Amino acid sequence: MTVTAPTTDTSIDKYLQRRRRHYWLLAITAVLTLCSLIVDVATGPGQYGLGDIVRAIVSPDDAPRAIAVIVWEIRLPVALMAIMVGMSLASAGAEMQTILNNPLADPFTLGISAAASFGAALAIVLGVSLFPAASELLTTLNAFVMAMVASLLIWLVSRLRGVSVQTMVLMGIALMFFFNATLGILQYVASAESLQQLVFWSLGSLSRASWSKIGIVTAALVVTLPIFFFAGWRLTALRMGDLQARALGVNVGRLRLTVLLCSSLLAATAVAFVGIIGFIGLVGPHIARMLVGEDQRVFLPMSALTGALLMSLTSIVSKTLIPGVLLPVGIITALIGLPFFVSLILKSRREVWG
Amino acid sequence: MSLKIESLSVHFGRTRILNDVSGLEARPGELTALIGPNGAGKSTLLKSIAGIERSTGHISLDDTALDTLDIAQRAGQIYYLPQDITSRAALSVFEAVLLARRTTHKTDRRQDLKRVQHTLQTLELEQYAERDLGQLSGGQRQRVAIAQAVVREPRVLMLDEPTSALDLHHQLQVLEWLVALAREQQMIIVIAIHDLSLAARFSRHMWLMGAGGKVCAVGAPEQVLTEERLREVYAIRAHVEWPEGEPPRVTPLAATRQLGMQGREQDF
Repeated sequence: MTVTAPTTDTSIDKYLQRRRRHYWLLAITAVLTLCSLIVDVATGPGQYGLGDIVRAIVSPDDAPRAIAVIVWEIRLPVALMAIMVGMSLASAGAEMQTILNNPLADPFTLGISAAASFGAALAIVLGVSLFPAASELLTTLNAFVMAMVASLLIWLVSRLRGVSVQTMVLMGIALMFFFNATLGILQYVASAESLQQLVFWSLGSLSRASWSKIGIVTAALVVTLPIFFFAGWRLTALRMGDLQARALGVNVGRLRLTVLLCSSLLAATAVAFVGIIGFIGLVGPHIARMLVGEDQRVFLPMSALTGALLMSLTSIVSKTLIPGVLLPVGIITALIGLPFFVSLILKSRREVWG
Repeated sequence: MSLKIESLSVHFGRTRILNDVSGLEARPGELTALIGPNGAGKSTLLKSIAGIERSTGHISLDDTALDTLDIAQRAGQIYYLPQDITSRAALSVFEAVLLARRTTHKTDRRQDLKRVQHTLQTLELEQYAERDLGQLSGGQRQRVAIAQAVVREPRVLMLDEPTSALDLHHQLQVLEWLVALAREQQMIIVIAIHDLSLAARFSRHMWLMGAGGKVCAVGAPEQVLTEERLREVYAIRAHVEWPEGEPPRVTPLAATRQLGMQGREQDF
């Protein structure tokens, strides 16, 4: 037996084929998302032809004025918000599952969403009357700060010696209950007007989307996604287990903190604008994992795109399920998404969690 | 050029895992076997050398103190292969081995792919290159872990019971291959191993650790593996009936010969 062996190109070729297949899947999902976006814009109480809609998107000046206004002022913000929020929640979920080595981790189950809700509710119940001009920003800021507090608590627990990632997940679940309770207190003391706003918002709704909100959510994605991409190999290494990741030269504690904070930022901005949507951050990454595996170079973009597509489809369903009624998307994701999710889990024979 | 360890200690709270470990040296081009009973601190020693476990003392490679290097630099020089490889991440074998390569080498992509393929071929893993880690048997996964270690081309390779899940064929294959690798690449390889006959057969140098995280003996297998010492370190109290009546002088070596595993002893 020697160290040298004959070389043929077979396993390299197969690997490159696999990469090409992954890129094709990414491209197909991207195209589907784009189609879903157009259908989303075309769906609504006013019936317009798909041609008019596309014309209104591509060159608003040539389209009938009424259609252009409806498309650009109402439908496009909602449809784009769905895409951006889907991307944020699914990317956050993908990286939380990766750094905590747990299939149940997502912004919702870790209490990040609940913390953000509490922060936003503070702004709605107590802050709105104080700073009417800055209320939109204040809601986001509060949601963000609370989400950061929650993720820092989870991270601090992880720094204790002998604490496993499972404990961190349990800590997250405890936080979720805590922030839900504080949210309950706020609801109890809230005025009728702000209570209505709170309830509506806690069901998850895209209807308050605006271009400035889309801008903020996009900014959060622009800041965090490059950080995730840059840490791609190290994040993939984390899925080999903490010990091996450290042997591979990954500063596990620092990477975990960075990624946890970035994921929380994504979750916080999404939750601040559309309320609580609990299922996208969980199922987006799961579908991506089944399609392309966990190599972060494709897993992360695939998770983001799957989340965007799911959210966009949910937005369409929320308008068409009961004609003339716009259902809150959070309800749709729970009603239609969860059975779909359960069937996916049961169908998938692949066991990827040690 | 060698790996040297002086006055190394590790504490977990008040518990002392390694107690002033000194006088250890491992040279390039040969296998160093780390042996000792369960709980003697073998894994902790290897982890401390890799910088994964916090320790006090001096560890040097070519007279360079290792604690001057940051995590990534140290991992580029020294790779520790953990004992339990349980990851079932949705990665193909090829991707997993490429991952190990790409976390240190950031140079030539084509070269990296060739290196991965070459490593898979030598470990007889190429036919599983497309499989997911979760679909592998315990032995296959262990060989993938070894491939991940070797593909990084570290100066020092520390393997924590790398053959515990392997059948006899693959145990011998992996160990023979590691001996050849150490010689051809002038690599320093330290291997924690429970099977004393294999340790005696494949290593030229041994570190024997005993209870309390202390080093009991260091040297060539013939010097380290004496019957009295083994009885003492491993606390063997039962009376052993030797088949021929007379206990062999270097017990483990003789055991391998009795199994008919002739071959490389003349090289050592």
